[in-house]
Amino acid sequence: MSNNPHESGAEQQRSLTQDLDSVIIRFAGDSGDGIQVTGSLFTQDSAAFGHDVSTLPDYPAEIRAPAGTRAGVSSFQLNFSSGEIHTPGDRPEVLVALNPAAVAVHKHELAPGGIIILNEDAFDKIGLAKAKLQNDPREDGTLSEFQVFPVPISTLTLEAVRELGLGKKQASLCKNMFTLGMVAWIYDRPMDGLLKQIDAMFDKKKRSATEPEKYDVLIEANKLALRAGFNYADTIELFASRCRIGRSALPAGTYRRVTGNEATALGFLAAATVSGRPLIYASYPITPASDILHELSRFRHFGILTVQAEDEIAAIGMAIGAAYGGSLGLTGTSGPGVALKSEAIGLAVMTELPVVIINVQRGGPSTGLPTKTEQSDLLQAMYGRNGESPVVVLAPQSPADCFPIALEAWRLAIRYMTPVFVLSDGYIANGSEPWRIPELSDLPAIDVTFPTDPDTFKPYGRNPDTLARPWAIPGTPGLEHRIGGIEKQDVTGDVSYDSANHQRMVDLRRDKIRRIADDIAPIEVDGPENGELLVLGWGSTYGAIHHATRNARARGLSVAAAHLRYLNPLPANLGDVLHRYRRVLIPELNSGQLRMIVRAEFLVDAVGLQKISGQPLHMREIEQRIAELVGAPNAQSDNDTNRQDYTDVEHRTH
Amino acid sequence: MSNIALTRQDFTPDTEVRWCPGCGDYAVLAQMQRVMPKICEEMEIPRENIVFVSGIGCSSRFPYYMNTFGFHTIHGRATTVATGLQLARPELQVWVVTGDGDGLSIGTNHLVHCLRRNVNLKILLFNNRIYGLTKGQYSPTSQQGKRTKSSPMGTIEQPINPLSLAITSEATFIARAVATDTRRLQDILLRAARHRGTAFVEILQNCNVFNDGAFDSFTAASVRDDRSLYLEHGKPLIFGKNRDRAVSLRRGTPEIVNLAEHPDERLMVFNEASQKPGIIQILAQLNEQDFPVPLGVFRSIERPVYDELLREQVETAKQHLGVGDFGRYVNTGDTWTVTPDNKNPN
Repeated sequence: MSNNPHESGAEQQRSLTQDLDSVIIRFAGDSGDGIQVTGSLFTQDSAAFGHDVSTLPDYPAEIRAPAGTRAGVSSFQLNFSSGEIHTPGDRPEVLVALNPAAVAVHKHELAPGGIIILNEDAFDKIGLAKAKLQNDPREDGTLSEFQVFPVPISTLTLEAVRELGLGKKQASLCKNMFTLGMVAWIYDRPMDGLLKQIDAMFDKKKRSATEPEKYDVLIEANKLALRAGFNYADTIELFASRCRIGRSALPAGTYRRVTGNEATALGFLAAATVSGRPLIYASYPITPASDILHELSRFRHFGILTVQAEDEIAAIGMAIGAAYGGSLGLTGTSGPGVALKSEAIGLAVMTELPVVIINVQRGGPSTGLPTKTEQSDLLQAMYGRNGESPVVVLAPQSPADCFPIALEAWRLAIRYMTPVFVLSDGYIANGSEPWRIPELSDLPAIDVTFPTDPDTFKPYGRNPDTLARPWAIPGTPGLEHRIGGIEKQDVTGDVSYDSANHQRMVDLRRDKIRRIADDIAPIEVDGPENGELLVLGWGSTYGAIHHATRNARARGLSVAAAHLRYLNPLPANLGDVLHRYRRVLIPELNSGQLRMIVRAEFLVDAVGLQKISGQPLHMREIEQRIAELVGAPNAQSDNDTNRQDYTDVEHRTH
Repeated sequence: MSNIALTRQDFTPDTEVRWCPGCGDYAVLAQMQRVMPKICEEMEIPRENIVFVSGIGCSSRFPYYMNTFGFHTIHGRATTVATGLQLARPELQVWVVTGDGDGLSIGTNHLVHCLRRNVNLKILLFNNRIYGLTKGQYSPTSQQGKRTKSSPMGTIEQPINPLSLAITSEATFIARAVATDTRRLQDILLRAARHRGTAFVEILQNCNVFNDGAFDSFTAASVRDDRSLYLEHGKPLIFGKNRDRAVSLRRGTPEIVNLAEHPDERLMVFNEASQKPGIIQILAQLNEQDFPVPLGVFRSIERPVYDELLREQVETAKQHLGVGDFGRYVNTGDTWTVTPDNKNPN
């Protein structure tokens, strides 16, 4: 413990406040320790303080894995900054660990020289045994490359709330607030915001409780623990210096912090609002998509109807039925659920009804890694149905981007009368960032027209521009007609087994989707317009790619980045952009699915960076791959990034 | 809606009907086309508000032959599509046409959940105890031992009893009809249309190609009066050409009572409005060989309907929270403002 602040000249540095651009901090502890709450409160406080923020929660699939074990470790990473950020950061610089298991699981990811604040009360024989540690990591040298600050968090928390007379278990639940108090001191944060948030957090519970007064003592306990943590850090001068991070230069506006799933739900709510059509969301609970169901279920006062269906197939069936009736028929799930919905999505293709399917991707195959992230359902969305069955595929690139993408999904679904896939993922869904609240008047219009004239109505007549068929809804006099999954006669919509007609209909369904390329934004390049290397990505890898390529350019490399939010159809200018670079790198959290499409579509010899560990892509992994491809003076020679991360995962599971 | 009364022709499209000649489905289609004008008139529903939704199978071609809005969906899922449609448009009268394969094999799950939710749908389950469209495999209602292409040595599976399943699933309207019994079928279709909530009607329908005569033992003209039991609300369960026998319960066990031999027997009176499943479950499970086959309405009870409960929640939420306003909602709570010079008000 050479870095104990008491031995490092704290006296001289007493009033020093260090200015930093950004900090990556990770809270880790048992899944019953309130880690997600701690992280969430500190994030909200950071955002409200004026930082740009990006978060990465990570928790076990089990609701309560055995306490104190490595399997039960839950964590929350926050990157807050005075500059623009798009990722929660690769490696935390500060790890707050409430038990030995949290240290064991997370120390491998901590940046060299990083800070570990640990709860030394938890490092007893039992705690070490539960974490399967032979030796105390405080003493065996395994933490020697870090600055370790042991604090008796449990004892101090119990002491702080003793006057309230709570039971030991309840009192000790406040240790996350003690921790938060310490962190607030380190980052020079006033207490007011956090105190208000504690009130707000319990306010919701109080309002729905039968005995609201019993929450008052809990509120008091949490506040006492928070203050105690802050004062403790202040008194003992926990660090030699406190850190101050400047406010971020986000564009002017009113902001709120959103997770990807919240932004998705808000985007769908906005779609219902601007289209004037009622929205029906039918869904079967599945991690990590369930929060969309939870969010939308709170919007009854907007007239939003939600149904918890009996299974995934029922959910898409209900969405199709709602769409047939003229509502916004929506369903959401994760990969395994999409597998079950595939046949019905084909029905929506054949009947050309506007249905939106959101897939919050997780690790696969099969049940896979329900709480971890992956991008391995792209080809499933593109091709995972019988027959030639093209659909629109969109992908948000960050939590806040889920909002415009959800709206765009509905604009395209209705304008082109087609199912639209939205591919989010666990990283986006649970991660959060500031979202600039738009004015309703700034949102794109979604025009809905239902035909009413029986004389001109043809069930499969088409708009010559969009190739969309009319959205003819039951209840319209004189428009009685039948639709279904059997091939349709062009124009009339009658059942047809005619071979020439089938060819024509297959072509029409394909062309309808292709034409959308003219109605979407061209892909934009960040960096040089042409050059050595283009790094092309899609979905949640945006932040890592964006920062990695900027860093590469800062080192003088000719590297540009481009990110796809439209995967089917691809932007009209993509082929042109790809051919302006000598090489193309496509990093993905799968074994090369976009790369396969790009190679097939454009005959471009794109190379990949594949990572399928359930964890997001890190900046340094991309930088390393860039260095291999275009060279860099300070590039590391180890080129096996997959192995690197695989090793990380190995550490976690043993 | 026009004031001119609708006729059977208004529900008959100029589409060629393509069921096999002699198929029992023709009879059901004819009764539906006949009774529909009556339904529309009595319930003041315009034709454009009638929708038929079906799954896959011979019976599921039904929507093509009704001149209404129609949706021929995918195997087993008609109830789910119909549920979405009904929730979106509660003013529509939505019929589901399904079969023993579609509704009781691949789609059983959805059927059960639709019934327990009491979605306002009219479900017609055409039961011919065989797979017709796939050319003659046994179905979940085929009787044990049935020899078919996929069970050359006889099926070894216990059949599903559709009515038992409907009772267990808490259906609020349950009926059984025979396709060829035109008058009673029309009555039941009309009653199903009037019912608020899910109406479940099993229609016994002969597949003359792959399972001919499946119901002859109790539907043939020569035997039907002696082998069928027509349920009538508030009346004892008397049957027979001479109305000389009755089904009654003795110590909880169904028995056939010969009325001539036991003129003083206190007969059980049938109550279709009973909430309890006991009697109708016994009737639904009567052994076809030893007892007459009960036909008619087994149950007709009231229970809150799914879409009404859902919309009640919408109204309650609006009262408590005010009518939702997007702009107000997103600007409420933990928000912060960044000014152009980035002087955060905090």
